[in-house]
Amino acid sequence: MSESLKIRTESLEIAQKYQPKRRYLLAILQDIQKHYNYLPAEAMETVARYLSVPLVKVYGMATFYKAFSLTPKGKYIIKVCDGTACHIKGSVNLLDEVKMILGIEPGQTTDDGLFSLETVACIGACGLAPVAVINDEYHGNLTPASLRQILEQYQGGMKDAK
Amino acid sequence: MQNKKTIFICCGTGCQANGSMKIYQAMLKAISGLNLDVEVIPDIKKTGCHGLCQKGPLVHIAPKEITYIHVKTADVPEIIERSIIKDEVIDRLLYFDKQQNAKVQSKSDWTFEKKQYRIALRHCGGIANDSIDDYIDKGGYQGLEKVLKTMTPEEVIDVIKKSGLRGRGGGGFPTGLKWTFAAKAQGDVKYVICNGDEGDPGAFMDRSIMEGDPHTVLEGMAICGYAIGANQGFLYIRDEYGLAVENMRKAIADAHSKGLLGKNICDSGFAFDAEVVRGGGAFVCGEETSLIHSIEGSTGEPTPKPPFPANQGLWGKPTIINNVETWANVPVIINKGADWFAAIGSEKSKGTKVFALVGKINNTGLVEVPMGIKLREIIYDIGGGVGKNRKFKAVQTGGPSGGCIPESKLDLPIDYDSLIAEGSMMGSGGMIVIDDRTCMVEFARYYLKFLSEESCGKCVPCREGIKSMLKILTDICEGRGQAGDIELLEEIGAMVKANSLCGLGKTAPNPVLSNIANFRDEFEAHINDKRCPAGVCKNLTKLYIDSKVCIGCGLCVKSCPVGAISGEKKQPHVLDEEKCIKCSSCRERCAVDAVRVR
Ligand SMILES: Cc1cc2nc3c(=O)[nH]c(=O)nc-3n(C[C@H](O)[C@H](O)[C@H](O)COP(=O)(O)O)c2cc1C
Repeated sequence: MSESLKIRTESLEIAQKYQPKRRYLLAILQDIQKHYNYLPAEAMETVARYLSVPLVKVYGMATFYKAFSLTPKGKYIIKVCDGTACHIKGSVNLLDEVKMILGIEPGQTTDDGLFSLETVACIGACGLAPVAVINDEYHGNLTPASLRQILEQYQGGMKDAK
Repeated sequence: MQNKKTIFICCGTGCQANGSMKIYQAMLKAISGLNLDVEVIPDIKKTGCHGLCQKGPLVHIAPKEITYIHVKTADVPEIIERSIIKDEVIDRLLYFDKQQNAKVQSKSDWTFEKKQYRIALRHCGGIANDSIDDYIDKGGYQGLEKVLKTMTPEEVIDVIKKSGLRGRGGGGFPTGLKWTFAAKAQGDVKYVICNGDEGDPGAFMDRSIMEGDPHTVLEGMAICGYAIGANQGFLYIRDEYGLAVENMRKAIADAHSKGLLGKNICDSGFAFDAEVVRGGGAFVCGEETSLIHSIEGSTGEPTPKPPFPANQGLWGKPTIINNVETWANVPVIINKGADWFAAIGSEKSKGTKVFALVGKINNTGLVEVPMGIKLREIIYDIGGGVGKNRKFKAVQTGGPSGGCIPESKLDLPIDYDSLIAEGSMMGSGGMIVIDDRTCMVEFARYYLKFLSEESCGKCVPCREGIKSMLKILTDICEGRGQAGDIELLEEIGAMVKANSLCGLGKTAPNPVLSNIANFRDEFEAHINDKRCPAGVCKNLTKLYIDSKVCIGCGLCVKSCPVGAISGEKKQPHVLDEEKCIKCSSCRERCAVDAVRVR
């Protein structure tokens, strides 16, 4: 089966967990995003057809909501919390540190596909501010220096992807 | 079985981030490995947030009322050995209450708790967050049963009206009045929505309620359904709130299996169902018309009001949309009565409000206080004052729609109206304490950057106005500020406020305007002297080590990520300005405040 056909088949299976009603568009796209870590074009076409919604509307959803990405994300997704509490406790310095080490801006992925950098607005762990989440692991009370050490562990392959 | 003990392990997001799930697992494992008498085997409950997130993971043991803080998995065997099998208290794990200058055994005696009054959070931390039986044991669903069996819909609305309950989602609209509109609206299909989008970056009370006490939200919604004649509810929850979604879905399923949701609830003939919709991660979707469009499967763009959702909401049908915390108050009001509730709080704001007390404060966490309490009491009595003995500068409320309240206003009794009078607002309940190391210009810029990304772009004043204000603020922060910038910000701000379509734009200039009003000198220092007094804006900051103060301990050397600091042990150190990236790590680390801003 070609890659593209595979995506169409899989994404149809995901969509069919819901009735073909417009109101399930957001939920279906979220499930697809979870499955692939992004929204492949073939999947969006499949969903548009399944729900009888114009493709442009699906694309509109994909670009409107932050949860969606149109390009594949890295193996490790670094989310630096930039909620207010983290911000005033220096999350900008953490971001600068990651940018310096990995050479990527928020929203980008390293060329080797290992890391994506994102900012999030509050993950509700303000007691540990400033916080970063790498895949599902929380790291609190960070400083640029401690974040560097953590990233080095991931770079050295000492942490397994979840 | 009086000896039966219960262990409550906080598994709210804050404590989970600190590893509380591992403690829960370790407890289960340790207990099962011990072959204990049935009498001695404790109940182990995963609960929602206990409040003092800073000290997590928190573990509470009843009935002896022992609260342990910063518990680690390594502490589990000792806790079981000494506090479960025996009745001892492990001193080492108790909270040291600075204000009382003593270790305190039970959280109910912490100074942190003294001025709090829990209504919305009444069960958080005290019941297993995935157990309908626990909720029912605490009197849950009695409110629903009461309205179905003994009250007419009009009577229910009357109680809510008389209680004086106002919406906790930010606007403070009287809840009972809103319900009247929907009850009077024509139509046989109506809807009830719970707004769990919680977009304010710095607020997590709704999340904690949904995680820790999901049934109270469902019960509130069902009561409203009965009052206005709706049979279907939707809970719109941020997708990032995985645990809230999970617990809420389980709560819905459990309520169904007990006949508390679904058809013919409590044999009354009334039917009500609820469904979770995961949000897509857009701040504007917290705005009610946007949220409704998002549930319908569209992009979450706002539409003008009127028509108000109470008349024409979801799929054009009359719809009541309330905030999570508002819902959590409803069952209690029904049970205890309007007069009881109206006796709490201030004249025009009844009841309590939950705040996420965060930032440069000693006790970070969720606090619930009666309306009308003074800011000073929250910050100094409950919060234990500003962290690291720094100087208090301001407290921010209302998130991206609010503003900063300076020290001179600390005796302000807080309620909806007093905060608005100060150019801020209640908002959803973020309360961020700021010390002298936060730059008020950069802080205003932070909110505008957030808002410029979250503005949906539909109306021009909001889209373009925020963008140009952000550009001016960025210029000021980066050293390109010019005379006249402050006035220009004020002018654009007034325009955006007056002309935007929805609440996002209407309130977006608040963080800027309030900071200018209260901290104009900081803006002027940036523009005129090209200096950031707080030492935050990197282009305008120069750090140095005061050789008269430095004790040469070397902590700063270790904290510097670029190796810009050098010096002999016990001798004053030197900071190389060429190498320095102004991250302030050294300044945060220094115990004697020797790192200074030029
Ligand atoms: C930009 C914007 C964001 C909002 N975000 C939220 C939110 O996250 N949660 C919430 O309950 N209300 C939010 N609101 C307020 C809602 O529009 C609405 O007033 C509220 O859900 C009504 O419930 P209440 O009366 O119980 O407060 C927001 C409003 C605006 C303008």
